Amino acid sequence: MTIVKTTFGRRSFIRSTTLAGGGMMLGFSWLASCKPTPEQVLNMPKEWFNINAYLKIGENGLITIMSPNPEIGQNVKTSMPMIVAEELDADWKNVIVEQAPLNTDLFTRQLAGGSQSIRQGWESLRMAGASARQMLKEAAAQQWQVPVEEITTDNGMLSHQGSGNSAGFGEMASAASKIPVPEEVTLKSLKDFKIIRTSRKNVDGPKIVTGQPLYGLDYHREGMLIAMIAHPPAFGMKLKTVDDSVAKSMPGIKDVFTIKTFNDDYKRSAFDNSAFTDLVVVVGNTTWEAMNAKKALKIEWEMAPDIHLDMDLFGRQMSVHFPAGLENTDTHKAQMAELNKKPGKTVRKDGDPIKAFKNASKIIERSYSCPFLAHNCMEPMNFFADVTEDKAELAGPVQTPEFMEKSAAERLGLPLEKVDIQMTRMGGGFGRRLYGHFLTEAAVISQKIKAPVKLVYTREDDMTHGTYRPAYNALYRAALDENNNLVAFHVRTGGIPESPLSANRFPAGAVDHYLAEDWTIDSNITTGAFRAPRSNFIAGAEQSFLDEVAEEAGKDPIEFRLELLARAKSNPVGERNDYEAERYAGVLELVKEKSNWGKEQANLSRGVSAYFCHNSYVAQVLDMVMVNGAPVVEKVYCAIDCGIVVNPDAATNLAEGGVVDGIGHAMYSELTIKDGVPEQNNFDKYKLIRHSEAPKSIEVHFVKNDVDPTGLGEPPFPPIMGAVANALYKATGKRFYDQPFMGSSSKVLG
Amino acid sequence: MINIKVNDKDYSVDVSPDMPILWVLRDVLGLTGTKFGCGLGVCGSCTVLLDGKAIRSCITPVSLVKDQNVISIEGVAGEHSTIQKAWEELNVPQCGFCQPGQVVSALALLKENPDPSDKDIDTAMSGNICRCGTYVRIRKAIHLAASMKNELHNTKGV
Repeated sequence: MTIVKTTFGRRSFIRSTTLAGGGMMLGFSWLASCKPTPEQVLNMPKEWFNINAYLKIGENGLITIMSPNPEIGQNVKTSMPMIVAEELDADWKNVIVEQAPLNTDLFTRQLAGGSQSIRQGWESLRMAGASARQMLKEAAAQQWQVPVEEITTDNGMLSHQGSGNSAGFGEMASAASKIPVPEEVTLKSLKDFKIIRTSRKNVDGPKIVTGQPLYGLDYHREGMLIAMIAHPPAFGMKLKTVDDSVAKSMPGIKDVFTIKTFNDDYKRSAFDNSAFTDLVVVVGNTTWEAMNAKKALKIEWEMAPDIHLDMDLFGRQMSVHFPAGLENTDTHKAQMAELNKKPGKTVRKDGDPIKAFKNASKIIERSYSCPFLAHNCMEPMNFFADVTEDKAELAGPVQTPEFMEKSAAERLGLPLEKVDIQMTRMGGGFGRRLYGHFLTEAAVISQKIKAPVKLVYTREDDMTHGTYRPAYNALYRAALDENNNLVAFHVRTGGIPESPLSANRFPAGAVDHYLAEDWTIDSNITTGAFRAPRSNFIAGAEQSFLDEVAEEAGKDPIEFRLELLARAKSNPVGERNDYEAERYAGVLELVKEKSNWGKEQANLSRGVSAYFCHNSYVAQVLDMVMVNGAPVVEKVYCAIDCGIVVNPDAATNLAEGGVVDGIGHAMYSELTIKDGVPEQNNFDKYKLIRHSEAPKSIEVHFVKNDVDPTGLGEPPFPPIMGAVANALYKATGKRFYDQPFMGSSSKVLG
Repeated sequence: MINIKVNDKDYSVDVSPDMPILWVLRDVLGLTGTKFGCGLGVCGSCTVLLDGKAIRSCITPVSLVKDQNVISIEGVAGEHSTIQKAWEELNVPQCGFCQPGQVVSALALLKENPDPSDKDIDTAMSGNICRCGTYVRIRKAIHLAASMKNELHNTKGV
């Protein structure tokens, strides 16, 4: 049992007559999910009583819990309310869930990114439920004239043993809503959890499988028009002139005009990242008509100048350079290889690595690379906007509504409180929707055409106007002594336009002589966060390299890692190591046990990998067979330590997804650039993993502990790329260093 | 005016004959369960049944439909098919955007082949991309739906 002061996000607990229930945006609740959870049994109540910003209770005991964060498929719309319901002691069957509106006064960090929703919401969600439970108990104590400490709660019921009184939450809801917010509340002991750590179905599940409207792309408003945009065909180009005479006269077309997304004097945040800010807009009645008119535009493009931008990332100032010119993947590869030949910027140095390499018995040196990747959310970028003179109503899929609200308000010349954003369920995020220029574009278009409008990107727009995963390259060197001990380790890495290095992660801390260096190359190709930024390359590279070093040292790859982790635990080198060696070893031990490591069948080729990122530890073993000369993934074992698992089946699903996603990107996917033009613009050219290439089965195991929950959306994704490479080596006898492993010629299905 | 039958209901729509069924469903009839993913017929998000066969509605002009019945995900929903129950039972979706297309493709597969092998499933379903990577669960859900086939046989029409 923990007693906490209700100071964190305290305004959330001030009773609000307007908020819980989404009443803030009148007539704007088209997507509000006031639909029952699959198990719900109670009817809608006659009256709701607001307890705090997170929840309201009906007189019949039905409870609405608001889910504060954007839902991108990570299942927070179910798991965040589960945490509130747990501390409230609610009966989950009587809970319905609504997506909360964006309100930075009441909710903290309404953002989907960095695998942080549960980790950073944990405390405030528990407090919201616990303070409501306390208020219900106080209401009951007053009514029954008994001491509040003697009242117990269970499954939506209040009872007092001494007097024999009992009542449902609904019966006390009206009185509880008038009780002052408690100064401090008692949180449940973990052993008393009844909802957390049990599998609960996705609250949107029935709507998803029956095709009910949920997504931004499904948003509809009476009188709404459809907008499409045309952007330059190549990075490094900009709009010169447009001849819209044909397009304007086409059927269903309302108007054609140009917009500027961000004003020149506006200081952009990193989430305003977009290469193309001068756009041609076609507005029509239907998507098909707008799409056709767009094709009829005659646009002249010209070379863009060299651009330097100062951007703000969570208060940190960044200077970003987009050089003039048309870039090429071939040139990028050569530039990166060249930079890896000379010393970079030293980020961490332990011992005397130069001397250690000089005295080594054996030196292993390998290079790894990966291409740009497009996020390719299945729901293309889109946003709804209805901007009038005094307010803006925006709705759609965005991972950073707090940041984009500011951006839109500034661009529209409206006060922040006059801009509302409704968060729709997102058809994927993966980091792409952190960069919400499409929201601002929609807002500017609506303001200009003075009508409600939904901006829709075609798949080609989406894929060629991306904020791609950067391209990276890494050089690894390891020095072994005469007893095959790893005595020195060297990583030199960089990318376009950022470095993927995390210098204080394993094997830093486990090797006496260690050197980490990096470099960067400026580019005008826009890049950004992609599921597990930086880790999504460096994990696979490092884990393939360690596999090769273990082999050279004549050691089992798991034992080799465990030995290093034992060293990092008992006698760590340096003080800035940002992982816990014991938990890291824990997931390796677990995957070793579950996969029966060392007892594999002859026809299976196995690869192992482990990584720590976004506060969680993941180890994986991948079993591969060759069928007609092609690799087939039979099975993946995945061991995870992410602390308390709120919703185990949903967590397992997310981990399975990370595994499939990682196999797909390591094996098949790439975005290449020729003269500034992305060479893949749709799924006929861009290869994504398909059904037939997915593993036959995936087994996910969680380490059982009582650590507060940490990230899960990202951590299972990076290490699997190493497991794929290591299994491919066992299966083919050949090491794979450059992603995508199956090469650019991978067969594209359709 | 073009006459079209969707989910056993007749509609008369005033659209260009080359407008793909997808946009007639989404923008004209307000049936947004069928999703736009690629516009080339290569991702499967827009899958509907045309006279019982799975087609890509994003590349099929409405003029080709003639008197055939289009079944969109909303039409499957009306009967709350075994497949949707299996999908819910196994908690298949993550973001969920591709799932209506997956469900309709699975429906077409099970009509042709009531007890498909893993290989049959892979072949039939490889035109449907799931970016979240729920393929393993989709495979299980199709097997589960197949095992509930008695119920499937009793489901009217599909």
